[in-house]
Amino acid sequence: MEASSDVNKKSSRTPAGPARAGVFHSDEDLTAVARRLRRHIVTMIARAGSGHPGGSLSAVEIITALYWRILRHKPADPAWPERDRFVMSKGHAAPVLYAALAECGYFPVSELNTLRQLGSHLQGHADRTHTPGVEMSSGSLGQGLSFATGLSLGGRLDGAGWRVYVLLSDGECDEGQTWEAAMAAANFKLDNLTAIVDRNGIQLSGFNRDIMKLEPFKDKWAAFGWHVAEIDGHDISQVLDALAAAQKVKGQPAVIIARTVKGKGVSFMENNVDFHGKAPNAEQLEQALKELA
Amino acid sequence: MSDAVSLRETYGQTLVALGKTNPDIVVLDADLSPSTMTKFFAKEFPERFFEVGIAEANMIGIASGLAAAGKIPFASTFAVFAPGRCFDQIRVSVAQARLNVKIAVTHAGVTVGEDGASHQALEDIALVNTLPGFTIIVPADAIETDRAVRAAAAHVGPCYIRMPRPKLPLIYDESYKFKIGKAVTLREGQDAAIIAIGVMVSQALAAAAELGKEGIDCRVLNMPTVKPIDEKAIIKAAQETGAVVTAEEHQLNGGLGSIVARVVAAHHPVPMEFVGVNDVFGQSGKPDELLVKYGLTAADIAGAVRKAVGRKG
Repeated sequence: MEASSDVNKKSSRTPAGPARAGVFHSDEDLTAVARRLRRHIVTMIARAGSGHPGGSLSAVEIITALYWRILRHKPADPAWPERDRFVMSKGHAAPVLYAALAECGYFPVSELNTLRQLGSHLQGHADRTHTPGVEMSSGSLGQGLSFATGLSLGGRLDGAGWRVYVLLSDGECDEGQTWEAAMAAANFKLDNLTAIVDRNGIQLSGFNRDIMKLEPFKDKWAAFGWHVAEIDGHDISQVLDALAAAQKVKGQPAVIIARTVKGKGVSFMENNVDFHGKAPNAEQLEQALKELA
Repeated sequence: MSDAVSLRETYGQTLVALGKTNPDIVVLDADLSPSTMTKFFAKEFPERFFEVGIAEANMIGIASGLAAAGKIPFASTFAVFAPGRCFDQIRVSVAQARLNVKIAVTHAGVTVGEDGASHQALEDIALVNTLPGFTIIVPADAIETDRAVRAAAAHVGPCYIRMPRPKLPLIYDESYKFKIGKAVTLREGQDAAIIAIGVMVSQALAAAAELGKEGIDCRVLNMPTVKPIDEKAIIKAAQETGAVVTAEEHQLNGGLGSIVARVVAAHHPVPMEFVGVNDVFGQSGKPDELLVKYGLTAADIAGAVRKAVGRKG
């Protein structure tokens, strides 16, 4: 995809001077970053022999935009109090987060090879007690937005400058708790909170529309009191613009419905429910890496 | 017996006292603040009180987020709704995530009374006891409630505090020092040991007094911390008395009795008897009537002690 001039602009809130020391910064072209993350995802899942490639690949541009341009974070100091918080609610897509954290420098890229192995930092689902840079444990769907709501309340109580971002799957919007949290975040007028829904249209056993109808999805979020934007979740410029716009929303939380393709970037995984939770075999990995070259 | 005092009212007042000295204390409730008595804190510190509506799962998640932001959240509802209504949220977002969330519940057990079975939590201790890293505290009177809430606030790690609805007679005086993980010997004795929690502690003391008249010298232990359980005190009681009886307003399956039996069986097997609710749900009635109906009185404890003593070799 074509990256616009917006793609490489720096976050306006990146601190200047000494406070900037250690804050992650890269001018690299994000299309190249996204391709690298995809290669990591298919490689680590193939090596592990299990995992969730589909929902990891669909979230690549979202994660890339966040970690390379939007979040203020220090890979050498994961507990930096002023960091923006990113909550991975769709914990099964941990590989895309691990790939980004490794590329940013939270841990060596070589550790990606240990995914799902005994004693590894990289658990099958995101786990804050195992992995540097992972803010919250998840994997049981529907819990991340509540956690993000609490984080946002805590930050606001302290008058902190950091913001909270949470990535949801569309499938986990089947969970009632997601809507309890949606109601609460709007009730509390949390404008330091941005949710992104990876709207890839597929969950474990099939298409969302066949399992539990979510539409009219945008209207639901709006009715719950959220500022809603709907974008192409694979167009990095659109993702960046929507995230920047969300920062300016006042008096309500913002949600970005990112329309994506499950398995994006690997032809035989795209829109294929089989690759929700299945690792590619050696031959498929070779083919995937060829396509992602 | 001294005047009865409300544990939940004490809970609410202790939160206010803690809130005055520690700005990180925050309180959440799920539309029950007039009953859980978090209303006192809500009135005093409205900016640090979060009413989440009738949504316990969300409340636990919000509490975990507040904890991750450095706050010390006390999330309150009825014992029947937490953990019952939000066990997975407590499991993943609090216990597995190792976040400093305090879940303080009221209206535990059959002494809820007229509201009936749906509102009488009898399985909550068993559920929370399975979660690594949790501390479970069941205060036996208002003074212990005050101390337990303060100890939970100072403790780093998830806590579950279980309180009943009715007022209970005072067992302790103001000099009482509570320590997480420590049993309290309320009465020395050599023939048998009663290990009790919550509502059953005053019943245990009454039973021991009654048994004393028969020449059975009964030790009474209050076990305010159910997890981590005070293994030393249990082993010592088994070794020195040779018979152990547990008493709880909870299901026998997975409750205090099961937890104590595991320690006794592993370290010093002696005859044991169990006073608790035996695999049935409660029903509507007056609290005192229900204690009789489900075998949770001083007379039931005394009967269990006689049986255990009779089984000694």
